[in-house]
Amino acid sequence: MLTIEEKNEIEKAISVMPVRKSACIEALKIVQHHRRWISDETLKEVAVYMEMSPEELDSVATFYNLLFRKPVGRHIILLCDSISCWIMGYDQIRNHLIEKLGIQYGGTTPDDRFTLLPNCCLGTCDTAPALMIDNDLYKNVTLEQLDEILNKYS
Amino acid sequence: MEKPLTEHIREDRRPLSLKEYEKVGGYEAVRKVMKGLSPKSIIDVVKESNLRGRGGAGFATGLKWSFVPQNNSKPKYLICNADEMEPGTFKDRILLESTPHQVIEGMILSAFAIQADQSFVFLRWAYKTAAKAIDEAIHEAYAAGYLGKNILGAGYDLDMHLHTGVGRYMCGEETALLNSLEGKRATPRAKPPFPQVSGLFGKPTIVNNVETLCNIPHIINKGSDWFRTLSLTPDTGTKIYGVSGKVKKPGAWELPLGVTLRELIEEHAGGMLDGLKFKGALPGGASTDFLVEEHLDVKMDYTSVAAAGSRLGTGTLIILDDKTCPVGFVQNLEYFFAQESCGFCTPCREGLPWVSKILSSIDEGVGREEDLKLLEFHTKYLGPGNTFCALAPGAMAPLQSAMKYFRKDFEQHIHEQKCPWN
Amino acid sequence: MATLYIDDKPYEVKPGKNVLETCLALGFNLPYFCWHPSLGSIGACRQCAIKVFKNEEDKTGRIIMSCMEPVLDKQRISISDSEATAFRANVIESLMTNHPHDCAVCDEGGSCHLQDMTVMTGHAYRRYQYKKRTYQNQNLGPFINHEMNRCIQCYRCVRFYRDYAGGHDLEAFASKNHVYFGRHEDGTLENEFSGNLAEVCPTGVFTDKTLKTHYTRKWDLTMAPSVCHHCSLGCNIIAGERYGGLRAITSRYHGDVNGYFLCDRGRFGYEFTNAPDRVRQPLMGQQPADAEKIVQEVSQIITSSKVIGIGSPRASLESNFALKAFVGADNFYHGVSDDEHELALLVIKILKEGPARTPSMREVEKADAVFILGEDLTNTAPMMALAVRQSVRQEPIEQITQASIPAWHDAAAREFIQEKRGPLFIATVNTTKLDEIATETYRAAPDDLARLGYAIANLLDNSIPPVKNLSNDLQQLAQRMATALKRARRPVIISGMSSDCATVIKAAANVAWALHKNNTQAGIVLTLPECNSMGLAMMGGHRLHSAVNAVINGHADTVIIIENDLFRHNKNDQVEKFLERAKHVIVLDHTPHRTSQKASVLIPAGTFAESDGTLVNNEGRAQRFFQVHECPSPVQESWRWLLQIAREIKHEQMKDWKNFQDVSHAVSLAEPLLKGIDEIAPPPDFRIAGQKIPREPHRYSGRTAMLANIHVSEEKPPEDPDSPLSYTMEGFRGQAPSSMIPFFWSPGWNSVQSINKYQEEIGGSLRGGNPGLRLLEPNIHGVTKYFTDLPEIFIPMKDHIWMVSLHHIFGSEELSARGAAIAKRVPKSYVMINVQDAADLNITSGTVLEFEITRQVYRLPVEISTSIPKGVGGMPYGLPDLPFIDLPAWAILKNTSHG
Repeated sequence: MLTIEEKNEIEKAISVMPVRKSACIEALKIVQHHRRWISDETLKEVAVYMEMSPEELDSVATFYNLLFRKPVGRHIILLCDSISCWIMGYDQIRNHLIEKLGIQYGGTTPDDRFTLLPNCCLGTCDTAPALMIDNDLYKNVTLEQLDEILNKYS
Repeated sequence: MEKPLTEHIREDRRPLSLKEYEKVGGYEAVRKVMKGLSPKSIIDVVKESNLRGRGGAGFATGLKWSFVPQNNSKPKYLICNADEMEPGTFKDRILLESTPHQVIEGMILSAFAIQADQSFVFLRWAYKTAAKAIDEAIHEAYAAGYLGKNILGAGYDLDMHLHTGVGRYMCGEETALLNSLEGKRATPRAKPPFPQVSGLFGKPTIVNNVETLCNIPHIINKGSDWFRTLSLTPDTGTKIYGVSGKVKKPGAWELPLGVTLRELIEEHAGGMLDGLKFKGALPGGASTDFLVEEHLDVKMDYTSVAAAGSRLGTGTLIILDDKTCPVGFVQNLEYFFAQESCGFCTPCREGLPWVSKILSSIDEGVGREEDLKLLEFHTKYLGPGNTFCALAPGAMAPLQSAMKYFRKDFEQHIHEQKCPWN
Repeated sequence: MATLYIDDKPYEVKPGKNVLETCLALGFNLPYFCWHPSLGSIGACRQCAIKVFKNEEDKTGRIIMSCMEPVLDKQRISISDSEATAFRANVIESLMTNHPHDCAVCDEGGSCHLQDMTVMTGHAYRRYQYKKRTYQNQNLGPFINHEMNRCIQCYRCVRFYRDYAGGHDLEAFASKNHVYFGRHEDGTLENEFSGNLAEVCPTGVFTDKTLKTHYTRKWDLTMAPSVCHHCSLGCNIIAGERYGGLRAITSRYHGDVNGYFLCDRGRFGYEFTNAPDRVRQPLMGQQPADAEKIVQEVSQIITSSKVIGIGSPRASLESNFALKAFVGADNFYHGVSDDEHELALLVIKILKEGPARTPSMREVEKADAVFILGEDLTNTAPMMALAVRQSVRQEPIEQITQASIPAWHDAAAREFIQEKRGPLFIATVNTTKLDEIATETYRAAPDDLARLGYAIANLLDNSIPPVKNLSNDLQQLAQRMATALKRARRPVIISGMSSDCATVIKAAANVAWALHKNNTQAGIVLTLPECNSMGLAMMGGHRLHSAVNAVINGHADTVIIIENDLFRHNKNDQVEKFLERAKHVIVLDHTPHRTSQKASVLIPAGTFAESDGTLVNNEGRAQRFFQVHECPSPVQESWRWLLQIAREIKHEQMKDWKNFQDVSHAVSLAEPLLKGIDEIAPPPDFRIAGQKIPREPHRYSGRTAMLANIHVSEEKPPEDPDSPLSYTMEGFRGQAPSSMIPFFWSPGWNSVQSINKYQEEIGGSLRGGNPGLRLLEPNIHGVTKYFTDLPEIFIPMKDHIWMVSLHHIFGSEELSARGAAIAKRVPKSYVMINVQDAADLNITSGTVLEFEITRQVYRLPVEISTSIPKGVGGMPYGLPDLPFIDLPAWAILKNTSHG
């Protein structure tokens, strides 16, 4: 069941749209914010609320890479793999993260702490390489800083 | 040298509050317009200013606006395209984070010009700081009467909403952006009809880039003649240029349109890092053709860059140095484009992964002679007009130019069956 | 007209259409995938690329997608341009990078648009060296098989299913080259038109799952043009046979009736013909008898008895008429309930005597306002519901053409139209699937539905008496409907017999006629229960009730029943009594049922696939269906049995009737309303260049081997004395007359897409005109006599429920429900009551409710509805596990616990 809080937020998103359905991406963002990811059950609940079929909603949900249809950890590491970061040696950061966390891209650590995802350009190319963990952007990331950065997230 | 867009940006990029923005002349243009300028006069002055879209395509802004049917039908929409996602591009972020009110003022003026009553900022999800800044600024603007009903008592109504995206490069394409805003898959729409006629929810809509919109208040305040003096070339105004890659001082700067590539790299970006040589650059994001050493004195404006066989695009340079493998460079881009294809039209959906796989195999030392022919074939097959939207042709720009300028490097990979840079 | 230069040759063409359809109509072989004549253009597949040139001097040109380009006058294009040709081959090459090349084991092989287009473009050599992507398939239920690896992402499936047919459970998922088409999880596709996916999909992603159980390639099928027997609309079908069994039904394009599509009942209902329990053996007193003996025995019975005949709404005109002639008009009874017969006569009266014309389904698609009164079309006449779904796009489409967007430009049209819909009003007892696209809906008891209709009619023409005691809300609703209908240019009123309520139909007629007074384009559609309900009613006959009386009173002692289970048409105790009283009950049918169980003589009749015949659809259109394969001996067509017996007894009128044409001609001569039905298809001696029309494609294989296990020498192919169709692959290779196209095929076009080659213009009439003959045209010169029998307001009755029939696409029709696949979709019996009534009765969903209707007690689980009106209830119509109940009727509730 969607919570009252979720419903209120979704209603607010619906209120600025001329068509109820058109707030469906907002609705998915809202439930993902509260639940970390969008399970099949969640998807169906949102679909009912948005007056859409699960197919209609999932068609949209599966198109966008930041709507998570599989479980993710408590913190999401989005590592920029686009061109400027690639030039500036992002692969070392990637290798270090994969080794350190013991997971591949798309994986979640067994303690549910981190999910590691590749991500295209974070728009901070002059400070490459860059990564984001949750809402925090890290620029000019060096191997040395990585462990310290990770330690901030429990 | 005037820097109308960025002169008031603080060193630490903290956003200017409404008061601070007003203190430096903010919302003067809105006041001026609400005192009695006609929508048409705004379109005219923007047309005269020769402002061209700063999102990448470089279409004349005033002309674009003039295609919106001039009638009283409601709703009409004005969308700020703040979905900056072109790899190597980071210019709009600065404006969004630091001068949110400048964006909003530009939007109000543009919306008034086309008599839109609804507006959206379509913001990239990753721009968390910008989201906060814009959100707060919209609230302030409502509170100050710049947004909402009967703006400044002039009888004009405009609502503004912030929408943050959920990923996908395609959302930067204006019609795909509209689909996304409608809560649909971000696949592009057929043109014609253009959004100016049938856009968001099938209603007349203008989508403008952040930087484009930020120019509008200044054009209204100071006029088109002033705007035309800002640049060094017939393409008018300033441009926020950026440089990333292995240079001493990567960054972004507002400069007159028409500075040379050399000036950007050597003066503003501080030159190449020690021990590295300039090998080439994408002048305006991932979907532009390489410029190389022979182009260093090309003026970075729409016309000159086009004459040199590329596009100004977003004006944010990505520098390829001599210690970086050009095949790997292009492979990174093509992989990106293959991942970001929306999957709607055949050549893009099937062609880009093929290209990416060929480049990977070359880069990994298992390339074959015929692979180069296949790559060349794709640069034509995925060319303009053959695909539904500009994504695949854009993807082919760096590839075709790399194969032109760095062909030896490709061949070397194949002959040596390894990457010479590894 | 415009001049279009194709490879420097001028062609006179219609401007405004797209270049692709124009080229196809001119006969060019231009490949395509995502475009479909009914779905329009979206420009996704890039397969139909051509060159366009600025002017005569321009030799370079540029590549464009022909489906996205409107034809302009003096436009110069090239199909054969080398760059365009190469590009088209390259698109196939792209599609083939991930296609599994599993044609040998793919059901689509041999009728695959992707195969055809691949060959057409000349792509052959594979340059892609990497791994293919793979997908997981889904179980999509009993009708459709799913094999996603074959997908070429043309998006046609979702565009048909979602945009055209209104389905909600098939979508495109994910993106890039992982786009997936399916459901969000395994499960039955819920849309009633899902079977069309098998034809819409250009390759083998969606295929007919019933075909899979007895798979045969298209080229190995013996096929004939036929007409669907599972509702009154008469959709045209192609039925394919091999080894004596039907294998598949596909749509036979008809520009006025069903267009390109079929409903799932029509497509998958054929399985009853292969049922193991079919009547295949003559029985005398439950003992097998051979055919000759049966004929003799029956002849003896006949000559020594007082015989009456009972016809059938699911038997052909010819079979019904043969019986009528055989027993004499005075002794022919129509075989449907008296109420049903009365309603059918009312329908004919309205269509014939009233001023409003009944439009074809194609015309309903083009209606710009529709009012449905009392009919749940999706369940009673599914393809009509599909037509109505298109009609709501008419008004907005007219707006887009004003905005210079051509109607075929589907991508742009849908963005422009968004959720806008033209007027559709639905007034029914219970919710219907079309409600989701309706402007307004109204739920009420049948009498109140009629009152709404009368009220609208009164607002349109005040010579119709006003409805008294109408609530304010209802008066306003009537006003809104009247205004919208009046504003429309092509309004259509739809009603039908499933409401079992004459006043509902009359009210609909009044609305249509009142509209017609100021707008001659106003039409009325009335649906009937069965495939030949209309034909039977036009032929006449006495009431079933009087047949019962005739036997019970001793006026008759022997009854011949053709293709009819009387237990579905009359109160069962009466039927029992009737059949017991009759000395001889002679039943001719292909399908066993309670009536055939009571037969003293049971004669195996051919199914529609084993018979020629004529049906009259709800539009009054007589349509011929042809035998697909010979009746498996000793089975014969009902009319042929009757002819044989008639010869045996030297029947005065019938003794010289030898073949189908004789019967058909006799119908035309004898029945004024059916005049001309013998000429709707060429006669049996018709030949083209001296040749018959082959039922088998010229690639038909295994003819000499397929029965080698029985006999090594090849049997002589059967003769067909009844039509110009041959049973072999030999015969005329070109296109047959439109009324007798056994299959669509054209060189290079093996799939159903070859239909393009058979049309005068794409999506228009078949060459030579759409087949069939409209028998009922309105009386435009007479004085309109409105109906005036206005019912009173429905008042619920304590401890009673006014029980009406609720129809189900799967289950309510007798024959289709016997098929294995459709049987899986048939609901269990239930009784539906209003939520308030349920609360008053203190019962919950699933509780067994006991009630009595005309002295018969029923115990059924309750379904609670918020929409069915208070005091009204519903029972499913015609389910295999429910007896005939003469509804509507008051149900008396038993053991009610409330005070």
